[in-house]
Amino acid sequence: MRKINRHKSQIALYSSLKWISRICTAVSLVSLLAVVLYVLINGVDKLSIQLLFGEYGKYPSILPAFVGTLELVAVATIIAVPIGVASAIFLVEYTNNKSKIVKYIRVATETLAGIPSIVYGLFGYLVFVVLFGWGYSLLGGGLTLAIMILPVIVRSTEESLLAVPDGFREGAYALGTSKVRTIFKVVLPSASGGIVTAIILAIGRVVSESAVLILTIGMVVNKMPVSVMSPGTSLALDIYYFASYGYPDEAAATAVVLLIFVMILNLLATLVGKLLKKGTGEK
Amino acid sequence: MTDTVKTEERYNISVKNCNLFYGDFQALKSINMEIAENEVTALIGPSGCGKSTFLKTLNRMNDLVDGCKITGEFKLGSLDIYGKDTDINLLRKNVGMVFQKPNPFPMSIFDNIAFAPRTFGIKKKAELDEIVEQSLVKASIWDEVKDRLKKSALGMSGGQQQRLCIARSLAASPKVLLMDEPTSALDPISTGKIEELMDELKKEYTIVIVTHNMQQATRVSDKTAFFLLGEVIEFGKTEDIFVNPIDKRTENYITGRFG
Amino acid sequence: MKSLYGYINAREKVMKGVFIGSALFSVFALLSITVFLFWSGVPFIAKIGVGDFIFGTKWAPLADSPSYGILSMIVTTLYVTALSVILGVGIGLFTAICLYKFCPKKLVSPIRQMINLLAGIPSVIFGLFGMTLIVPFIRDYVSPTGVGYGILSASIVLAIMILPTIVSVSLDAMVSVPNTYFEGALALGATKEQTTFKVMLPAAKSGILAGVVLAIGRAIGETMAVIMVIGGSPEMPNSIFQSVRTMTANIAMGATELSGDALSALIATGVVLFVFTLLLNVSFSALKNNSVKKDRKKNKEKRYAKNK
Repeated sequence: MRKINRHKSQIALYSSLKWISRICTAVSLVSLLAVVLYVLINGVDKLSIQLLFGEYGKYPSILPAFVGTLELVAVATIIAVPIGVASAIFLVEYTNNKSKIVKYIRVATETLAGIPSIVYGLFGYLVFVVLFGWGYSLLGGGLTLAIMILPVIVRSTEESLLAVPDGFREGAYALGTSKVRTIFKVVLPSASGGIVTAIILAIGRVVSESAVLILTIGMVVNKMPVSVMSPGTSLALDIYYFASYGYPDEAAATAVVLLIFVMILNLLATLVGKLLKKGTGEK
Repeated sequence: MTDTVKTEERYNISVKNCNLFYGDFQALKSINMEIAENEVTALIGPSGCGKSTFLKTLNRMNDLVDGCKITGEFKLGSLDIYGKDTDINLLRKNVGMVFQKPNPFPMSIFDNIAFAPRTFGIKKKAELDEIVEQSLVKASIWDEVKDRLKKSALGMSGGQQQRLCIARSLAASPKVLLMDEPTSALDPISTGKIEELMDELKKEYTIVIVTHNMQQATRVSDKTAFFLLGEVIEFGKTEDIFVNPIDKRTENYITGRFG
Repeated sequence: MKSLYGYINAREKVMKGVFIGSALFSVFALLSITVFLFWSGVPFIAKIGVGDFIFGTKWAPLADSPSYGILSMIVTTLYVTALSVILGVGIGLFTAICLYKFCPKKLVSPIRQMINLLAGIPSVIFGLFGMTLIVPFIRDYVSPTGVGYGILSASIVLAIMILPTIVSVSLDAMVSVPNTYFEGALALGATKEQTTFKVMLPAAKSGILAGVVLAIGRAIGETMAVIMVIGGSPEMPNSIFQSVRTMTANIAMGATELSGDALSALIATGVVLFVFTLLLNVSFSALKNNSVKKDRKKNKEKRYAKNK
């Protein structure tokens, strides 16, 4: 009898754990949605033409941040995408996972992925600001970000390359196609959906990043950057600046802009992935 | 690099004492075979007997496999297939291959066929058009696809895809065509079409086909080789092999006692 | 023909070189980061003394007789990390369990997609959210000291931030457990709940653990979300309602005072942080390898069983 009671109480215990798990799901969703909704609702009425498109003078504007963000994205992707895709090609198409060199490369990319962004910031500061003597510059910030997003691009490109059926490669080789031509004409086009998704997500990380930039681009919020060698700011950095230096309304409004940007990038990534998959006829 | 395949007249294949190892495992044991021009040679045998592996030695697709070691003498006409100066891409251009599972590239029908000629530097639209049409006609699929050359090849049926793959190989203007169980994934009607096609193609090409289907071997081939556990047990005229097998094991296999 | 193939083969070699070079770039980048940080940070630590730097409790780089002890920041970092990971893993793991078995099937995919989307929220937005909502709330309603900034606020913000990571990694780990385990346990008369918690959860242990390590890494390294809610005083934490400073905050806040020894002290802080994350990385790959090996062993055993 006692045994049966114990059994019953056990069932009750696990059943209550089930309810706890449901409550936790609600908590997760509510708290994450709260962040988004709070930021949107709190900031949307503080948006103004002056803030978005005005000149930075008596009143603040995020136009320099727009330009800065674009330049950072451009520099980071121009550097990181070719290197990242080429690394993934080497890892998937040329090696068999057993060789030492592959092991080193994998350890390196995994470690790079785990380094805190502020440490990247210090590195960027030491190399580009001090050693190269560029001072604070968007170029230095962009290059630092390029190293930071490299592991993301390598890993997702690897996954998309691995998903390409071997039949495509064999078919091309059997026609007398060289390896390089096979890679560029058959493998990469088939993997393009995954690679484009990876690039968009990497752009999302560049747009979101701020800690790296404090140390590398100088957080100059009020001057339009003249070139990539100018110091500057980004949307994310502007939010920190506005919030910390007494412009709460501007911070809230800029947060809306950044959040919408990032959400669009994320949706775009999902969409592009789906569309390109359809285009190649995969299911 | 020196010159490799000259425009030789002869495209028979001669294999002497071929041994192949995957690591420590010996998959092919001292195989000798003379494959004649303008004939269909069928390779039969139970699964895992090495017939596909042997087929792939002829266009060096085994080079892609890790830990694969091959010894012996392989000649295509006067060309040493495994020669130090042999260009592997040029070899594969001359020795086309059709796979078990149709593997059209995820691009249009036209681009699939034009893939090989483009690889060899042909860029002119008119020239490509002609090659594409000829190849599709030879693979007897032209009538079915001529109105939708710009459509994706992946939208075709399995049988059409396989004939497209044959056409794609032909576009490289090979001398030899290797077929690795080309009909095993297809329905009987598509299979019939491809068998008819082979009869037509052997006038121009040396054909080697791996098949599981013994009726198919009798229908399409002039010579047959029976493989068992990495060895060639018997090789000769198809009628002889199927009517009067010399070896007991061949007889057991073709009468369906194992396999 | 000859020249075409000569060209093709030359191109093959060149491109292979390009691919190898690119792949080695990661190794090169990691080495340069390590070398630059240690080169610029370690001599300073040596000058101050490892003990005084790591165990010193006073941080006053701009004082007349400056002192550079970062113990308070190490302790704060550990506090914030521990608290946020406990909160985040607790809620996140239960969420994953719910999505795994206790949630209407139709809802799972949209919820997952939403959580993935929310994983992309920039940390500065979490910081702003914490600064304008959580900090005032804690100040007004929770804190006995009337201070909203501090470890509690930072931990809550970080916990929300690492939630998506934990949910998706744990869910993946559980989904990869063969469903035959589940059916087997049900067939023995266990309830769905018992099976989930006593069979599936332990079976997914190593994957979940890897997710936890990942989350710890993010919490230790996070700068922006923390800096906006932690207060920033370089003091030893005595309470979770007190303005304090993490290592990351120390580096970011000092960014404006970069010069001379103060700069070296910041870089040295970076070195300590870097070493922390390296250790985490090592344990992460050890965990991952361990689970991979286990899987391989399992597969081997299966194969043997089949052969018999």
